[in-house]
Order: sequence, then structure tokens, then C-alpha cells
Amino acid sequence: MNENNNRLRGIDITALLKESAIAALVALGLTIVMLGLRTVDTTTGLGITTRWPLVVLAVVSVFVGRLLFALRREWKAGGQPVQRDRKKAEHRAAIIVQRFSTIGGPLFIAFALALPLLPFADRYVVDVATYVLIYVMLGWGLNIVVGLAGLLDLGYVAFYAVGAYSYALFAFYFDLSFWVCLPLAGLCAAGFGVLLGFPVLRLRGDYLAIVTLGFGEIIRVILLNWYSFTNGPDGISGIPRPTFFGLELKRTAAEGEQTFHQFFNLDYSTMHRLIFLYYLILILALFTNFFTLRIRKMPIGRAWEALREDEIACRSLGINPTNTKLTAFALGAMFAGFAGSFFATRQAFISPESFTFIESAVILAIVVLGGMGSQVGVAIAAVLLIGGTELFRGLEEYRMLAFGGLMVAIMVWRPRGLLAHREPTIKLHSGKAPPEEVIKAVTQGGMK
Amino acid sequence: MEYFIQQLINGVTLGSIYGLIAIGYTMVYGIIGMINFAHGDIFMIGAFLSLIAFLVLGIVGITWIPLALLLVLLVSMLIASIYGWTVERLAYRPLRGSFRLAPLISAIGMSIFLQNYVQLLQGARVRPIPPVISGGFTFLEGGIFSITVSYLQIVIVLLTIILMTAFALLISRTSLGRAQRGCEQDRTMSALLGINVDRTISLTFVMGAALAAVAGMLFVLYYGVIDFYIGFLAGIKAFTAAVLGGIGSLPGAMLGGLLIGLIETFWSAYFTIEYKDVAAFAILVLVLIFRPTGLLGRPEIEKV
Repeated sequence: MNENNNRLRGIDITALLKESAIAALVALGLTIVMLGLRTVDTTTGLGITTRWPLVVLAVVSVFVGRLLFALRREWKAGGQPVQRDRKKAEHRAAIIVQRFSTIGGPLFIAFALALPLLPFADRYVVDVATYVLIYVMLGWGLNIVVGLAGLLDLGYVAFYAVGAYSYALFAFYFDLSFWVCLPLAGLCAAGFGVLLGFPVLRLRGDYLAIVTLGFGEIIRVILLNWYSFTNGPDGISGIPRPTFFGLELKRTAAEGEQTFHQFFNLDYSTMHRLIFLYYLILILALFTNFFTLRIRKMPIGRAWEALREDEIACRSLGINPTNTKLTAFALGAMFAGFAGSFFATRQAFISPESFTFIESAVILAIVVLGGMGSQVGVAIAAVLLIGGTELFRGLEEYRMLAFGGLMVAIMVWRPRGLLAHREPTIKLHSGKAPPEEVIKAVTQGGMK
Repeated sequence: MEYFIQQLINGVTLGSIYGLIAIGYTMVYGIIGMINFAHGDIFMIGAFLSLIAFLVLGIVGITWIPLALLLVLLVSMLIASIYGWTVERLAYRPLRGSFRLAPLISAIGMSIFLQNYVQLLQGARVRPIPPVISGGFTFLEGGIFSITVSYLQIVIVLLTIILMTAFALLISRTSLGRAQRGCEQDRTMSALLGINVDRTISLTFVMGAALAAVAGMLFVLYYGVIDFYIGFLAGIKAFTAAVLGGIGSLPGAMLGGLLIGLIETFWSAYFTIEYKDVAAFAILVLVLIFRPTGLLGRPEIEKV
């Protein structure tokens, strides 16, 4: 046996090489056809071109990567079997998050409030920030459904679409203003939430996921095909902009009215509208956050969290699971409706293109990566995912690829999300130690 | 009447393809109690593998159809199996025993990844292929409609029946099938009795992927056009089929597949073709409301 020769500090090199070779073999199988051969359009139909160097590159990098990974693993373990202390690490993270959210939360809000006034805030920055905030709001809305009530909703974008289209259609057919339509859009979305939720919320989690997924797709198909009502794939354009207490943010006002800049004696600038939209979505998002934080402490919020943890126990305690879930579903949908009508007014153009499954997946990813139930986590995840991918606009084709890969990697690395935080919101006893005198009195009392 | 029979034949063909995909869902759901979200994309990869294999065979000059079919089938089943195995290894195994939503989310990530991977590697445009098997029988000529059964439809249905039988035997007769059924009932107990649970679960994914690859090949042959997005809709419909038949039940998956295929075909033939996808979802919702266990499924008892 040459075992000693192949061991380095207790690491079995042969085994590692074998492991890496197997990984490389799998990589070869994965890439040899899909990467090695590419279908191309030629004049006589489809042809094939080859890309063998890329296959070799992929196989070699998998081999080396696996070897390094395994070496690091063995090195850390020092030849001993690895015992991962994931729970402890997560707990540490949770404590940090908790501290951070008490200090960081207000700082975050202060920064968000001040952002448009900062020197570097040009058109692009404000625009991206508005875009990010839409997702923060959607994330917080979905957090009610997924994070608090523990219902996996894969069709959240459907409610977003309902909100956007209800504003666009109300404005188009009835000439209503944004401020009238905003609550109406929320109501419409909530109505759809109840309509969908009522039959399916009795089902188990994964069924709910697939039904909501199907629902999202149904809404999109209907929007796409009901040409006479929704204008089909062409979408609706010319959606009116919101007014600032009746003042329009335009260069010239309609007959007998004033514009924003005339009223405040400012020079006209397109930035006014952008900043106004930014503050509008910021207020909407903060309202969502405030609402969530408050409702968590109310009986219904407690019931959601209890249901998430143990449905059977809740039933036996007299909570009606269907109604409780339904409220979460409807409220989540309502916030999506608000966000949707904001989206419609910001873009001034909507089409079914904007409401694909990918959007649902992105919003879900924000909630999950942020750590379900954690408000600060969701905000950070939205900034990272949406703002981060915004930076890589140039690499459009790789964006979603990296996005999917990232989702898998983060789930494997931290199944509870980046900022895992799962403290129960209520405890029977306060976690603080009793005051000194009490302890003294009790112990002395016991000694006597 | 002729029109009806023609639609019936088309529906059975489409249903066979859905049934093959549905088996993958039902097997995985049976063994780990989770939806394999990336399964539709494995089907799509299977379709692409078959397309490429057909093109390569055309270039190499193998034109005898039975041999070509067999080779394409083997290649796409083999490689799709590797994809299935990798999906399980990367997105499911590290999360076994984690909380319930985690594997579901990682599988959604996997699905997004695979779609964009294929889009990146093979292009976003639709890929057409000339018909490989053409011709067929025609009955009742002379009327307004005639009934045509193409050779391709016969191949699809026959292949599906053969594979289904093989799989039914595999599950009921072999030790692997017994191990699978054991893991389905009680994973801990199976492990105690010496069954390698991880390996059994991996093999379940591999088998599902292999069948999805067959479905992919049949899809390429039947429709002649594919793109990177076909997995999403086909996946949802096949899942609907699995639920309709009773998730966890193999005959149920096949039955559900046939029903969904028939419903979709008749819906587009007699109502509107635009809303044919809505039909499948509407059925899914109705089934879940009125008969959550599906047609052939067992009721599931929730234990504390």
C-alpha cells in the first residue's frame, strides 16, 4: 500500500483526485452536447458549429474547482469528518441583524429620504432608486404572505398586474385621477386575492404554490388575448401622471390650472417629476412597512405567525385557518395593487410583457434572500438584487443566469436567507434577567 | 364525427407526451414530497439534446430512421439523466432536512438558471427541424374531413406504452423499485434497513429526467419547433396532469396526462385556441378544490 505517499497532513490525495475526476466527468456529460455543439441558422435550415475549447475549459475548471474546494474542506477538518455548526452561526447572524435593524432601520430611512437632495443624485440615480423602491415595496407586500403567513405565492405578479391594469383602465375608460385609482387598484387586487385565495387556501403549501403560479399565467394570458378591453400585446400607453395636490408636474398646465413649478415659483425641471415619483413610492413603501410592523402585533398578525409554525395547533385553538390565510393573501395582494398602479403611472405605458413569471420569481427571491419575515433584510435584498443587476445592464444575457445561480447558491449556503431572523415576535416571559434585589431576596429567602 | 375522432387521436398523442413528463413529477413528489420545479426545464433540455443529436446524425449520414431514433433516444436520455442528477445534487440534496420552502426556492433558481443557460448556449430564437418521420394512414376519405393517423403519432403512442410498461415493471418488480417505494413510505426506516436513501432519491430524479428526455424528443418530432421557453408551460401542464391523476401514483400520472392532452386538444378544437393554456390551469384549480387527492391518489393523512 502506498497510502502514506498519497497522504499529505492526513489528507487522502487519491480520494480527492477521484472525487474531482468524477465531478469533471459529470461536467463533461453536461457540456459535451449543450456547450460543445451549437445550432446555427444556415441557408438550408439548421446547421451545427462546434465549440470544443469551451468544453475543455469547463471540464478543467470544474476539476480544479472541485479539487480546491475539497482540499479546503479537508484542510479545515484536518482529516477529521466535518461538523458544521450552522445553527450557531445563524444564531449569531440573527443577533447581529436584530441589533442592526434597530439602528440601521432608521438610518436607512433617513438616507432614503435625503437621497434626492444629495449632490450625486442625478436623473439616473433617482430613477434607479425609484425602481428599486418598487421592488422593496413588492418585497414587503409579499413578505406578509410568505414571511408572516408562510404561504408560498408564486403568482404575486398577477396582483401587481391587476393593480397596474386597473389604474390604466380606470383612467382610460372613466378618466379618473391617480389618487382616486390608487385605493381602487388596491381594492381590485385584494378582491382578486380573495377570489383566488378562497378556493385554494385550504390546500397544502406546494399545491398553493403551483395554483398561484397558474393564476399568474392565466392573468397574463387574459391580458394578452382580450384585445378589445386591454389592447392585448400592444399594451396601454398615455397613462396619466399623478398630480401633487392638484398641481400638475408638466411644463405647461391645462387651461385655468397651475403647474407645480408655477405655483412654487420654480424654474421648470423634469427632475421635479422624478423626485416627486421617488417620494411617492417611498411613502407607499414605508406605509407598507409600517402596516406590517403594526399588524404583526395585532391578533391577526399573531395568528399568521402561529399558523406558519403549526397549523394543527392553531386549529385546535379555534383559529380559522382559511379566513386567517385569506386576510394575509388579500392584504399582500392589496399592496401589490398599490405598487402596480404606481408602476403604471411611472412608466405611463404597460403591457403584459412586464408581468411574466420571472417577475414573481424575482420578488420571491428578494423576500427569501432577505430572510423571510425580516423587513430590513427584504429591503437590503431588493437593493442588492435590483440595484446590483442594474449595474450589470450591459451584461444582459448573463444577468438572469447569474440570478438563477445565485438563488440556488444562497439557498444552499443560507437556507433561511441572508439575514436569517426568526425570533418569535412574542414571548411568554421577558428575556431579561430579574433585577438584582429580586434575585438576592429570593436566594436569601431560600437560604433562611 | 370524423373531426371528433381526429381530435381524439391528436389528443391522445399530446397526452402521451404530457404523461411522460408527469411521471417525473409524480415520482419525485412521491419520494421526497416536493415539486421538482426544474423538471420542465429538463424536458426542454431533452428536446434540445434530441434536436442537436438529429442534426449531428444528419451530418454523419445515418438516415435509417429506426437506428437514428434509437441513437437520439439514448443520447438524450443519458445526458438529460446527468442533468437530472446534477439538479438533485446541487439544489435538493444539500437542503434535505432544511425547512420546507428552501428546496422549492432553490429549484426555482435552478429552473431560471437552466432556461437562461440554454438561451445563452443555443440562442433565443426558435429552432425548427424538418420532419423526421412523415406519412401516415388516412381513413374515411371523401367526406368533408378525413381522419389521418400519422406514423409519427403511432410511434409516439407506442413508445409511451412501452416505456410506461417498463417503468411499471421497474417499480413493482426490481429491488430499486422496492427501495423507492420504501423511501416513499418511511425514509428513516428504509435507511435503518440498509437502503441507501440518497442514492435512491438520485436515481428517482435520473429516471424522471430520462423520461422527460423521451418526451422532449417526441415533442421535437411532433411539433418540429422548439425554443428555450417550452419547458415552463409543458412543465405546468404535466404537473397538472400529475395532480389530476393523483400525485404519487404512476398510472394516475399517465391517466392525467391523457386527460389533459384530450382536454387541451378539444378545447382548442371546439372553443378558442388562445385560451387553451387557461383550460389546463382552470382544471388544475377545479381538481384541487373538489378532489385534492386526484383521480387515483390516496388521501393523505396529516400527522402531528
